[in-house]
Amino acid sequence: MRFHVLSLAAAMVAVAASPAAAKTINVSAEGADANEKLQEALILAEPGDVVQLGAGTWTLTDGLSLDVDNVTLRGAGTGEGGSILDFSGQQGAGEGLLVTSDDVLLANFAVLNTRGDGIKSKGADRIVYNELRVEWTAGPKEANGAYGIYPVESQDVLIDSVYVRGASDAGIYVGQSRNIVVRDSIATENVAGIEIENCFDADVHDNIATKNTGGILVFDLPNLPQQGGHNVRVFDNVVSDNSTPNFAPKGNIVASVPTGTGVLVMANRNVEVFDNVFEDNGTANVMIVGYRYDQKDPKYQPLPRQIVVRDNAHGKAGFAPAFPGGAEIAAAMGGAIPPVLWDGAGDAIVLDDVGILSLGLPDVTTPQSEAKPVPVKLGGTPPPALPAIVLPEGMEAKVQ
Amino acid sequence: MKRIAAALIAALLCASAGGGAAPAAVDQALIEGSAMPAKLSAFGLFAGNDPARPVASFAYTLRTPLFSDYAEKHRFVSIPAGKRATVLADGTVDFPVGTVIVKSFGWPDFNEGRPVETRLLIHRASGWVALPYIWDADGKDASLAIAGRRVPVAFKSPDGTAHAIQYGVPNRNQCKECHSRAGTIVPIGPKARNMVLADTVGADTRALYFTNPAALKPVMPRWDDPASGTLQDRARAYLEANCAHCHNPEGSASNSGLFLRWTDPVGVNYGIGKRPTAAGRGSGGMDFAIQPGDPDHSFLIYRLESLDPGIAMPELGRSAVHKEGAALLREWIAAMPKDAH
Repeated sequence: MRFHVLSLAAAMVAVAASPAAAKTINVSAEGADANEKLQEALILAEPGDVVQLGAGTWTLTDGLSLDVDNVTLRGAGTGEGGSILDFSGQQGAGEGLLVTSDDVLLANFAVLNTRGDGIKSKGADRIVYNELRVEWTAGPKEANGAYGIYPVESQDVLIDSVYVRGASDAGIYVGQSRNIVVRDSIATENVAGIEIENCFDADVHDNIATKNTGGILVFDLPNLPQQGGHNVRVFDNVVSDNSTPNFAPKGNIVASVPTGTGVLVMANRNVEVFDNVFEDNGTANVMIVGYRYDQKDPKYQPLPRQIVVRDNAHGKAGFAPAFPGGAEIAAAMGGAIPPVLWDGAGDAIVLDDVGILSLGLPDVTTPQSEAKPVPVKLGGTPPPALPAIVLPEGMEAKVQ
Repeated sequence: MKRIAAALIAALLCASAGGGAAPAAVDQALIEGSAMPAKLSAFGLFAGNDPARPVASFAYTLRTPLFSDYAEKHRFVSIPAGKRATVLADGTVDFPVGTVIVKSFGWPDFNEGRPVETRLLIHRASGWVALPYIWDADGKDASLAIAGRRVPVAFKSPDGTAHAIQYGVPNRNQCKECHSRAGTIVPIGPKARNMVLADTVGADTRALYFTNPAALKPVMPRWDDPASGTLQDRARAYLEANCAHCHNPEGSASNSGLFLRWTDPVGVNYGIGKRPTAAGRGSGGMDFAIQPGDPDHSFLIYRLESLDPGIAMPELGRSAVHKEGAALLREWIAAMPKDAH
């Protein structure tokens, strides 16, 4: 696992290379008007500028927002002595920080205890999230906000070396976006650790997803502007002990994720799950399912298709399957179900040398209560491997 | 606020008597420049900087307005002399560069009815610019609050309930969150289907400021007047005015797939049987935004009746629950056949 550490020297080079007009706006956490000054800096910044957060804690009552292209918001660190944006007393706005402009870098600060989402970026192309902490400090609670890091409707997204804990939906959630990399990050004690939803072209690698309800989810949902999720690679991750009881508010799709899920692929095509290390996921290390809710969207494809699972290391799994009827099936199979679980809908190729349990439900309209569990083999020749995601050079340069 | 309304009408009459053109007091160079003056008075949009004396081309109301914590809003438009606006085919209004749309917010029983804030939407050559001004304690001028602010206000709502809230004056970005269409700022309220020009604005004035004044035909009902439209149409008008500025395919909530414009079909993407997308706690443990026949299991209602920032809708500009608005939507959902989806 390679973690990117921004060295001081690199930071200085970056500043020196900026256009002459670009400036650094220093913002302090001290003073009665610290919040207003911070928001003002985010509004008055000009393209190329760095808004530099001092060390300290901002006690914020309202959401912050940034709508200027090519701005860097950088803090002094994510832990003690760093730059902490504390939203425990938030009175308004659906998130802590909202970014709606392109080419933004967010780095080295923490966002705590937002009432809604932590950091959201919408229509923010080429955004980079680097070295951030988004946390609900009391740990898993239904009253926590939904998403920790939440880019949506964006082209080119890089999430690198972030830490997210306590989200009542997904710690890292990328929705309706294209060309995405989520890497070297830690998601723990969220309902979903990392979720890629209704997205095209994503690499999720070298992350640790542990103690969530479900580690890494690749979903596609109906009735949304962008659907038909495809081309997602999930590799080189550690996905372990995802044992936190589901604490999502009912009604949300993740509320249906069984506790103890490692990787869950739903209604996508061309998803590759490989070279991951799985351990201690009580329901399954890998689950592949169709979208089984009632829906009438003629443009929606509810089946998983061309899913490839290969070369993963499987530790203990399936010992506490937390879906209806799971315990009975486990008992009948000698105490545990196999590490790979398929509902029987769509198609998948599983080359890992482990057992696979099918629920025998090829038609997504058949209720799960009619499951006919049976061990299966899902061999075959995988489709050509997906290419690695390549981000614009300027984005990679921001985290070097 | 009656006192202000009377003064406003008087001012408008004066303006009309003068031929309809905005008096020279408006600093058109400042309006069309790039400056963000610290004081509202710099623009000359109020005679003697008295909020009761707008220097208006015309004042207008909306048949169904956005709820803003029970604030009374006074709206007017300043269009530069010699220029005219055009009502486009979709009912939006193409205002000329140099136009300022001015909206003041106050409560009749708070601070003697004086406005708390005045928001400007200025059409510059570079596009629309949103500037929020908060009136100073002495009421003589208003100061730019680019980063917004919470202002404590107290008032009684129509049913007599006393409210003491931290009213949120939006920051400039928040102005844009609602006023955004595909990432650029646009006006929301002044659309032909909803805008009502004051009675004092005669045919001459309309022709002076609009190339096609005949197109100014408000078709939306008044949300609170059953005589003006069916229950469903009044609910749709309410959703258009309160939600659709974000909930449309080019708005801030485009990713939700929930589209609530006056022109949207009342189906899944209107919330009927629609599951939450990114609602988080906003789902309130419910499966659908609108569960036909069952407002108590419709999380659209749950979100409108909440004040928790992680739940409440709209996300901005609401620190009080609009009881009467929620009641209208409850009535509408309750009246839907239970098998409507």
